[in-house]
Order: sequence, then C-alpha cells, then structure tokens
Amino acid sequence: MATHPHSEQLAPVAAQNAVAVEVRDAARHYAMGATLVRALDGVSLTIAAREFVCLLGSSGSGKSTLLNIIAGLDRPTAGQVTIFGRELAGMASQELARYRRETVGIVFQSFNLIPTMSVEENVELPLRFAEVERAERSGRTRLALDRVRLSHRVSHRPSELSGGEQQRVAIARALVNRPSLLLADEPTGNLDSRTGEEIMNLLREFNRELGMTVVMVTHERSLADRFADRMLFLADGKLVPERSERSG
Amino acid sequence: MKTRDAVELAGRNLRESVLRNSLTTTGIAVGVASLVAMLSLGVGLQQLANRRLTRSGLFNTVFVFRQQRDRGPGGRRGMRGDSDAAQPSSPQTPQQPPRLVDEAARQEIAQLPGVAEVYPDIRFQGELRAGDRAQITTLGSLPPSARDNDAFETLKGSYFSAPAAGEVILRREFAELLADKPESLIGQNVTLRYAEREPMKPGQTTEEYDAGTVGFGFSVVPRERTLKVVGIVDEEPFGGFRGNSDALIPTALAEDLHAAQPAGLREIVGGGSGREQYTSLVVRVSSPSGVQKVEDGIKQKGFGTFSLLDATKSLRRFFTILDLFLGIFGSLALAVASLGIVNTLVMAILERRREIGIMKAIGASDTDVRRLFFAEAGAMGFCGGALGVALGWMIGRIINAGTNLYLRNHQLPSEQIWSVPWWLVGGAIVFALVVSLVSGLYPAARAARLDPVQALRYD
Repeated sequence: MATHPHSEQLAPVAAQNAVAVEVRDAARHYAMGATLVRALDGVSLTIAAREFVCLLGSSGSGKSTLLNIIAGLDRPTAGQVTIFGRELAGMASQELARYRRETVGIVFQSFNLIPTMSVEENVELPLRFAEVERAERSGRTRLALDRVRLSHRVSHRPSELSGGEQQRVAIARALVNRPSLLLADEPTGNLDSRTGEEIMNLLREFNRELGMTVVMVTHERSLADRFADRMLFLADGKLVPERSERSG
Repeated sequence: MKTRDAVELAGRNLRESVLRNSLTTTGIAVGVASLVAMLSLGVGLQQLANRRLTRSGLFNTVFVFRQQRDRGPGGRRGMRGDSDAAQPSSPQTPQQPPRLVDEAARQEIAQLPGVAEVYPDIRFQGELRAGDRAQITTLGSLPPSARDNDAFETLKGSYFSAPAAGEVILRREFAELLADKPESLIGQNVTLRYAEREPMKPGQTTEEYDAGTVGFGFSVVPRERTLKVVGIVDEEPFGGFRGNSDALIPTALAEDLHAAQPAGLREIVGGGSGREQYTSLVVRVSSPSGVQKVEDGIKQKGFGTFSLLDATKSLRRFFTILDLFLGIFGSLALAVASLGIVNTLVMAILERRREIGIMKAIGASDTDVRRLFFAEAGAMGFCGGALGVALGWMIGRIINAGTNLYLRNHQLPSEQIWSVPWWLVGGAIVFALVVSLVSGLYPAARAARLDPVQALRYD
C-alpha cells in the first residue's frame, strides 16, 4: 500500500503511549421498568496504541455500549476507563466533550451526517466546535476529504451521495480533528460487501499510515478476520472466549 | 464554539425550516409592533400636549421687571425704596441692589444658559385711524418668534414680513370698530398717533418743581406714523396673559418709535437716570423644564421675575403613567409571542434530537448546544424586533393619516399624534431580543441536557 502524500499532516498529534485503551471492570446497568439490564457486566480489556481491534458479538451483547463508553458518550455505572493515560470517569461533561473533540473520532453504522449540510460543512463541523481558525479549517477539510477520495463532491448534500460515499464523508469528519483513537460502530453494516470492503481498507490505511488506534464494533466475523490485529468477543455484557460467542 | 460560528449555524438552521421560523418571527414582530404602536401613541400625545403648551408661550417664558423693594413684609415702606440699601431682603432672594431693566440688563440676561431670546415688552397708548374712523387703544409688540404662538394659527392675512416692518396686526374685535368688514383692512394703511419720549440733550435743564431734586429727564412729543395692516387675529396672543392690546406691531419697530411708556413715570417721580428703561423684559427659555433655572439666575442678578409654574412637569408625570400602561398592554402581545418561541424551539429540539446527538458525538459540549439554541432564539428575536418596529411605524403612519383626514373633514388643523423616537426603535429591538433570549433559556437548557447515546438511537 502506497504511502499517502498527506500522511504526516493528518497524523494524530497525541503522544503515543504503549496503552491506548484500558478498561477495568466496567459495568453499565440500566433500569428498564422493574428489571435491571446489565448491558455491560464487568469487562476488562487493554488495547495497545496503533492496534486494530474488532469487538464482535451479536446484537445486545454490549459491544456498542462498550464503544460508547470508550467514546466518552456514555459513562460506566462502575469500573474505570483510561484512554491514553486519562481516566474518563472523573471528567466533567465539558472535559469529556473536549476529549471527544481532540482524542476520538467516531464513525457510525447509519453515517449520522447532518442532512441539511453539504459534505464540506459536515466535515468542517468538528473544527467549529474545536474553535479552529477559519483560515485553517478549509485546508484541513479538503485534506480529510482528499484522504477519503471525495474531493470532487464537496458541495453535495449527503442525500445526493451513495451509502459508501456517505460513510467516507463520515470517516473524513472523524479524521479532521486528527484523533489518536478511531472508533467505528458497525461502519459496514449498511453497505454492500464491496463498498464495505472499501471502507475497511480506508480504516486499515489510517491504522497503518497515520498510526491511529482503531476499535471497531462488528458482527461480521469474516471482515474482522481479514482486517483486525485482534478480535474480542462479547456476549451478555461480558468478554467471552471465541468459542462461546454466538454467531450473529 | 465561537459566537460567530454559533450565529452562522443558527442562521442556517432557521433557514432550514423557513415556514415555521418565519411564522414565529412574525409572531414576535406583531408583538413588538403592538408595543411600538402603543408607546408611540403615548409619546406622540405627550409631544402634542407639550407642543401645545409651548406654543401657548406661557410655560417657557419668564417676565423680568424691576424689583419691588419697597414692598417688604411690613407693607409699603415708602416710595423711594429703590435706593434704600438698608432694606431687609426677602429670604428667597440674595441681597442685591435693585437693577434697572434696560438694554444692558437685556444683553446680560441673553447670555444666561438656556435663554433662547430676550425682548422688551413694549406697550403704549396710541390712536389708530383708518379712513374717517379713529380709536384710542393699547398697542403691544411681538418679536418674529411669536409667529409660532397658537393665536396665529387662525391668522387672516400674514405675520410681519420683517422684524422692524411698518406693519400692524389687529384684533378682530378692534378691527370691527375701524371697518365694517375687518378683512377689508388687510393691505390698507392706517395712521398711528402716539407720544414719543424724547431724551433731553446734555446740559438741557427742566423746570424744577421741588428744589431741584426731581427731574423729568425727557420730554414727550406727539408723532404720527403710517402702518400697513397685514393681518387680523381672532385671539389675543399668549392668552392675553401679557395684558390686553388690540393692535400688535413688531418689537423692533416699537423700540424704534420710542413711545412713552408707563415705566417712564417712575423716572418722573423717582429720579431717573436719563436712560431709557423697559417696563418689563420677556425671556423665552428653550424648554419649559429650564424655566426654573433661568428664573433663579435672573433673580440672582437682582431683578424681579415672574413665571407660571411649569405645567409640563405634572403633564410629564401623567404621560409617564399613561406610557407605562400602554407599554404593559403592548407587551401582552409580545408575551404571547415569546410562548411561540418556546414552542418553536422545543419542537426544533424534538426534530433535531438526532442532530444534537451527532454534534455531541463529534465534540460539541453542552455549552455549544445551549449557545446554538440561544443564538436561534436571539436571531428570531432580533429579526422579529426589527420587523415589528417597521410594522409599528407603518401602523402609526396609517393612524396618523386617518386622524388627520378626520380632522380635515371637521375643518381642524392637522396634528402629529404619532411619534416613534429613536430610543423606542432601539429599545423595542433590544426588548424583543431579551424576551427571546429569556424564552430560549428553557429549550436551550433542555437541548444541552440531551443524552447523546439516546439522541443517536432516536429515529
């Protein structure tokens, strides 16, 4: 795979610790009526920096919950989550927003682009929240779109793009703030297998060339086999050995 | 997020649901328009009343005359009190030697701050003859500025063409004595006969009446002058407050005539200085509220003064209360409009739940989300305010035009009952903005509190 010309400019700025993600006895319980749902029930894991890890499991296994907790979108009911040496549980909501802005990039299954904004505006949005100077923004937006090979569609609206293109816009948006940790929640779930593979190649490229740690949730074992450095299996909110994971 | 970005994003969000947001903005505009309409009516009526009072010339005027020292608390103390420096002064006025009301005094008073004009109140007896009819009457004098007095609103003919023109304006009652049809006198010449006060030349002596202590200082010579009648007036200017006069001539002309006035008698009995004195000076103050200060300043200089109590003060109090109530009624519509903002924004939160979740996921803080909704509320408030002021202004113009049409149909002079001052324009927009921001508080807080995980799950 050829090195991309803009690799250095897009490389994450955060210092690379040996350990990117460390989860200790994390639990996430919801009260649903009278019953207590244990979405996550005492999970401990460590992900090294620059590692490409896939979280596998059937729906309801808690893999998305775990990803949301690592993303700082959700807080664990118990346990500790440390990302690049910083403990998330103790962070105030402003700090957590800053963490999401500076350290993490997130890609979703349903793309989650803002339909009323053009491709360029969608990618630029995180830069607005990060209060990046106006002059610098357009350059960084172009660079990110270049990286996902969508420079020719900047003024289109998401509805005018194919699923694969939309997901590439979402990836450019996740990339634009130069995160150290790229989180992907079923990024290929809404795409056909060929497009899905394109997306996986992109993620792999960022992992290799930009040194980003990638944590991806999927239920497609075949994709994980081919792209991930390591696979972790979840069932009923717990990490399980590969064998007992019910295939989904 | 920077404020500029928040405003920019808010602007594009508002443009996305144009219909709903423009309806909400129109709601605010109607509220602001009703507020502006009510208050400009109040302000306009206040200005109208003020204008009428000012034009009456009664409340912005101070009369200056020679201080009457000889009337102390103990009653009349004699006729020669003027030169008696041992007189106790009244507690209100500081002890000052009484001053002569002459040209020097006039110049001095004109220098006082707040004084618009000082002119002598010249009044003298004379005979006016038109054809074969003649009448003895009192002539008064007016400066060019008295043209604005409300008495001249119904003036037939015209006002004096120049400050010292040889022209006269007659009161209708008097003119009827000179001609059967008063209007026929306009443009005609009348002859004025009067007594001129001719000062004595230096070294000239008078007959001595009492061991040389009292001198006349001037002699009285009969004169004639031809004047052109330029106007007929129904009412006495200044409500007849300055003493009755049936014929009015320009002040500068009256000064020029040197007609013998009652004040001259003082010199006969009181040992005159030989200089010409005025019976009284009329001081026109720039605004009724400045009368007290000017009057005090003139008193300080040792003159006697007289003015009517500032009637505009109680008028202002009345209108402040009126404006307050009009403002409250006007604000009711704005209060209803503010509920519209709350409703629109709460709806927008429901609709944009997912969007809020996305924004939080890509790094928006609670403050960013709150600021965004706040900016949307503010933008609607500002636009509504500006639109409302324009609308209110238009309503005002229409009502004003309607009122004047009605007045004209009743043969009444038109009036400006409507006034939108700049402070009301600025105030209304700021008020709309504040009301909108307050209305945005709850929706913005609610949007900021949204849990991103739940919001992203929402479809």
